[in-house]
Amino acid sequence: MGLPNNYWQLSDVNRDYRVCDSYPTELYVPKSATAHIIVGSSKFRSRRRFPALSYYYKDNHASICRSSQPLSGFSARCLEDEQMLQAIRKANPGSDFIYVVDTRPKLNAMANRAAGKGYENEDNYSNIKFQFIGIENIHVMRSSLQKMLEVCELKSPSMSDFLWGLENSGWLRHIKAIMDAGIFIAKAVSEEGASVLVHCSDGWDRTAQVCSVASLLLDPHYRTLKGFMVLIEKDWISFGHKFNHRYGNLDGDPKEISPVIDQFIECVWQLMEQFPCAFEFNERFLIHIQHHIYSCQFGNFLCNSQKERQELKIQERTYSLWAHLWKNRADYMNPLFRADHSQTRGTLRLPTTPCNFMYKFWNGMYNRFEKGLQPRQSVTDYLMAVKEETQQLEEELEALEERLEKIQKVQLNHTKVKSKQSEPSKHSGFSTSDNSTANTPQDYSGNMKSFPSRSPSQGDEDSALILTQDNLKSSDPDLSANSDQESGVEDLSCRSPSGGECAPSEDSAKDRDSDEAVFLTA
Amino acid sequence: MDEIEVSLTGSGRGPRSEVLAVGGGNSCETVRSLLPRGLLNSCPAGVASCPASSCPFQSPRWPRLTLLESVLLLGPRPTPSAMEFSELIRTGGAQAKLLRGPEVPPLHGTLCVTGHHLLLSPGPQATSDLWLLLLRSVDSIEKRVSGDSGTITLRCKDLRVLQLDIEGVEATRDIARSIEALSSLESVITSFPFFYRPKGLRLGDAWHFHPPERYYKRVARETNAWRLSEVNEDFSLCPSYPRAVIVPRAVDDDALACCARFRQGGRFPVLSYHHAPSGTVLLRSSQPLTGPQKRRCAEDEELLWAVLAGARPGARGFILDTRSAQAAKQARMTGGGTEARAAYPGWKRLHRPLERGRPLQESFVRLVEACGYLAQSTDCWRSRLEACHWLGHVKEALSTACLAAQAVEREGACVLVHGAEGTDSTLLVTSLAQLILDPSSRTVAGFQELVEREWIQHEAPTFLLFLDCVWQLGHQFPLSLEFGEGLLLALFEHAYASPFGTFLCSSEKERCLCEVRTRTHSLWSGLNQPKEQRKLRNPLYVPSPLAIWPSVEPQSLRLWQGLFLRWTRPNLQR
Repeated sequence: MGLPNNYWQLSDVNRDYRVCDSYPTELYVPKSATAHIIVGSSKFRSRRRFPALSYYYKDNHASICRSSQPLSGFSARCLEDEQMLQAIRKANPGSDFIYVVDTRPKLNAMANRAAGKGYENEDNYSNIKFQFIGIENIHVMRSSLQKMLEVCELKSPSMSDFLWGLENSGWLRHIKAIMDAGIFIAKAVSEEGASVLVHCSDGWDRTAQVCSVASLLLDPHYRTLKGFMVLIEKDWISFGHKFNHRYGNLDGDPKEISPVIDQFIECVWQLMEQFPCAFEFNERFLIHIQHHIYSCQFGNFLCNSQKERQELKIQERTYSLWAHLWKNRADYMNPLFRADHSQTRGTLRLPTTPCNFMYKFWNGMYNRFEKGLQPRQSVTDYLMAVKEETQQLEEELEALEERLEKIQKVQLNHTKVKSKQSEPSKHSGFSTSDNSTANTPQDYSGNMKSFPSRSPSQGDEDSALILTQDNLKSSDPDLSANSDQESGVEDLSCRSPSGGECAPSEDSAKDRDSDEAVFLTA
Repeated sequence: MDEIEVSLTGSGRGPRSEVLAVGGGNSCETVRSLLPRGLLNSCPAGVASCPASSCPFQSPRWPRLTLLESVLLLGPRPTPSAMEFSELIRTGGAQAKLLRGPEVPPLHGTLCVTGHHLLLSPGPQATSDLWLLLLRSVDSIEKRVSGDSGTITLRCKDLRVLQLDIEGVEATRDIARSIEALSSLESVITSFPFFYRPKGLRLGDAWHFHPPERYYKRVARETNAWRLSEVNEDFSLCPSYPRAVIVPRAVDDDALACCARFRQGGRFPVLSYHHAPSGTVLLRSSQPLTGPQKRRCAEDEELLWAVLAGARPGARGFILDTRSAQAAKQARMTGGGTEARAAYPGWKRLHRPLERGRPLQESFVRLVEACGYLAQSTDCWRSRLEACHWLGHVKEALSTACLAAQAVEREGACVLVHGAEGTDSTLLVTSLAQLILDPSSRTVAGFQELVEREWIQHEAPTFLLFLDCVWQLGHQFPLSLEFGEGLLLALFEHAYASPFGTFLCSSEKERCLCEVRTRTHSLWSGLNQPKEQRKLRNPLYVPSPLAIWPSVEPQSLRLWQGLFLRWTRPNLQR
């Protein structure tokens, strides 16, 4: 991000978690913010989560900072906190104000004032623009997801049941609210060049969602495989998103559970649908990350804060998901990704008009275990296979050209030597049967009793086709139900183009022929 | 006064041209016009939607005299200049600004109306490109005048909404009146395809690309049980069937005549698709005219019996009625009905009610409305979508087609599909079932052939529903269709307003009477040009010999945004 620089410095004020136990030890703060200001400000913020840098936009020095709500009550002030915001504004010489975005609905924020918390009073802070963005709290989100999953589980719902259920769950409305907040912040930063301070109540749920969506919109780096891992580390893991509580990793208060990061992951998917070439990774990557947030198989998503993780020595005692994903990165690539595309270079620009239709039901996530509902053909896998094959062909072409050159040299020297180096391989096109859409009809008949019911597992030839290839993309057995949907196409990538598709004798005959041809033309 | 001549010269029938005048009064002159004016006035609704041809039971026994026929019977070649477009063109031209949506810059220029087009010429300083709109694609027109200018809003059949800001109140009124009059001209032979003579295409080309006869001949050759019959050579048995029909070999032409009298509109059961792997067939017809007395027809029963016997010994059959059992029963009161179980041994009747006609049209209109108000609907998009029921119709159509396909492939049964007239939802089911089962119908050529064979007569919203269902198949099987969304969109546009003659008229008989094949260009020749082909093909296509069984659960069906939000959705950087 080009840090540290003249405006931002790495602060060790939180060394040994002295100031805030849910923050990381190392944080970027404005250079003009002294330890005194930071500590003072932290005392005026819920759980001492003082304003700290989340993202720095180096093109225009604007930044996204995050914190928790101020303990303003109805009239309380804090000079250090005011100075802290002032320092953030000064760290961006291009703008004479900062936005303060409270991601809660106004009513919720006002209710907090009665408890001695609340939001910034524009009169007390110089040059701030205060903005509410109504994202509902974790309890609303939990019940919304519950409602949507109930709709997904309906037995053969009618179109109306489904659409009504989806609308009533409010899920996509919530997704849109999060996206809107992210879009607002990204616009403020990239177009207005203004810095933004984001908070909600404690600044670890909605704030994490909104900051990471905005970062993703602003910075192409976060749209790459590695960058996305960094983004989750940054805004979620290090800033103390309470993984243990939210995802019920340990027995705890069921009221603490809420699909907060699920919503962020879904926002990414919705963006991928809108910008198919902008992301280096594919849908499977998101689904696997989501899966492992709940699986507890890797250490990344254990505990509620860095401090807890350090105390338990998680890093030494568990494996990291990122290493695992990186090792299998071939499975997670988006074949349509183009780093040089105008779309992928800078900020992703979404239309300003309200576009509810843009937000779609994520079938691949919420019905991932319903094989019948999943796409029978994966464009991603197919394109990856084509890409791989193209690459291999290109390599082969290169080898052959090299060889041709050598042969020509040999000819120039009037020596008739047949070079017997690399065996040229032969390709056949994509065989149709491999790619076929092996699937079976679902039960369309309803009451058509006269048809003997055949279940796909009874081994008629079509269903056998589905089940033959247990082509697990990942090594997690839990996800097999999902990944073997990508049937057929898979096999293409497994088939080595240089593999012996034709008999060796034929091959060598071909070889000779082509050599002769080369001699003739040369 | 400047005169611009837009010459639409073509080979074959000599030059035809439309002359239009700019800047003058009502002085346009048309070189050719074909119908006497009085007749035009008597046919405001046109042939396709004329009450005479949609009235179900006027005279099932005899081929009806359609309005078009009566028009044509007045004279085989109507005299020129009996009616002139010029009488309908009330304007010379006017200065106007054209708004084509939020993201397209407005066009300024001179607006004029010709016999078939609305034309905006941007004037000498700008690019020389003319903006053209086929008047037939105008669905509704709305005009408002205020001060000394007016605004005309055109809603087009391809769902575009165009706004014209015109200088001068009189000019606005004149243009609106001209558009209104000309866009509702429904006489077939004065329509634009009869004048359209593009460069590089020859008349008569491509009309024989996909003759249904070829398919029928192949089936007859490959099986022993079917034969091509010329019993309908003069369209006397069934005016809405083509000349050649394919019927069981065991049934002779006299029996067919009896069957035709027993089926509404003469649409006796004919083969729609032969599924070679199972040896069974998909048939379609109209409802039997059992009436309240539950009449029977021995020949009809024999025909269906012969179908089963021809498939394989012991084959069973399903009659898929696209009406509810209740509706089928009620149809008896008006002379129709459905097959009695006892009369057709081996056949089992299933009812799968599909919406058609008016309710379907209304559903479509509601959906278009909802999509048009995207900008305002900040909330409840999905409940609005739900209220349209369109996706529900998509779901029903697809699952009924799947049911038919399943019976053919999985059960090795023969399937006869019919509703009442056997012209809309019937075709929907038979053609979708073929796409599911038959790999060759998923190629570009095969799909064109399927449309040509099955959708000889199309009812507006049903054809669109068909295209939507095909889109859903393509969405679920992105590798299995050789054509992409582009072809479906092109078919949608051309079905409603086209310079080509393929979608003119509603039956083979009418097409013959109008000489559509010799006097207009085929859409396929237009679409099969290499330049067009690139846009219409699916680059991901991989041929597969298997059936494609879609999911019909609501989670798997989506709104076809490429069509319904084509003009309204914001254009993201792609």
